[in-house]
Amino acid sequence: MAMIKPIFILVLFQLAGEALRAITHTKVPGPVFGMILLAAFYILRRREPSPALEHAADGLLSWLGLLFVPAGVGIVANIALIRSAWLPISVALVASPFITLMTTAWIMHRFGNRSSIRREDL
Amino acid sequence: MSWMTLPHTLSPGIIPLFAIVLTLGSYLLGVEIEKRLHNPLANPVLIAIVVIGITLRLLHLSYQDYFTGAQFIHFLLGPATVALAIPMVRALEHMRRGFWPLMSALLAGSLIGLISGYAIVRLLGGGQAVALSMAPKSLTTPIAIAVSASIGGIPSLSAVLAILGGILVAISIDPVLDWLKISEPSARGLAAGTAGSGIGASRVIPQHTLSAAFAGVAIGANGILTAVLAPILVPLLKHW
Repeated sequence: MAMIKPIFILVLFQLAGEALRAITHTKVPGPVFGMILLAAFYILRRREPSPALEHAADGLLSWLGLLFVPAGVGIVANIALIRSAWLPISVALVASPFITLMTTAWIMHRFGNRSSIRREDL
Repeated sequence: MSWMTLPHTLSPGIIPLFAIVLTLGSYLLGVEIEKRLHNPLANPVLIAIVVIGITLRLLHLSYQDYFTGAQFIHFLLGPATVALAIPMVRALEHMRRGFWPLMSALLAGSLIGLISGYAIVRLLGGGQAVALSMAPKSLTTPIAIAVSASIGGIPSLSAVLAILGGILVAISIDPVLDWLKISEPSARGLAAGTAGSGIGASRVIPQHTLSAAFAGVAIGANGILTAVLAPILVPLLKHW
């Protein structure tokens, strides 16, 4: 039973997120709305998630990479299109995330509240 | 009958189960290889995709055949995305204290990801449709598909580029940020989530609860920001 309640909570909020997406007609996917709703739920009620939910969430997130594999295999279906413009695609795929990564990390590093994070968490 | 058509001949019901076993097995193999090689290039997601791609080809199974079983693993992406709320709640205090740096880093990363993706493809002679498909590649796959459709890209290509871009972020994040001497889990999580969404962040999420929290914020916020900004920015980019 320990696993059923966390799973119920996660799919319940996913469903709520899907409903919110349908009502608002936005491009934001249901699970992202679900994530926002679940975070808002705990923040507004000033409650801590139960250890069972924390355990389930950590478990699911530690295998996040696996969950992208089925969609990733879809590359096989698009291989011809990628081949036709392989140079711009490969340069952009390497360079663009690289610049994004460096800029985002640098701004957080330079302006973020480093001392407080270091003291408590590292 | 050759051995290559074996899964089809045995029984049609066996294909979904075979797809699940193949997916889990290939991923476990990828994790094992990553452990042995200690090389960021040995990324489990990349290894699994290659192993599965080759296996499907050898067995004459289509992507649709494969997805009849793989969809059950794919489905878990939804609850996993919702689960990112838990580390976010844990890190709330940290986010309150560093709200403005967080917002500036997010906005900068969001704009740079969108514009550089489009611009690099155009500068290197890529077509408009490919460039527009590249623009939302930093986003989580479902938002990348939706944004791509709304700006005139090819949605299925955007999905593939989002996954490949995410894998490249997962591969490069540790070497790049170690080189820049950026060790804070908040900065690593936010950068991974902004540049490579879930796949990119799957590398840093298990490292620290704060990385997971900031990655969750980055995935959601970058998706929402870009969904709003892309339809406004893209017409300007096209002129230039």
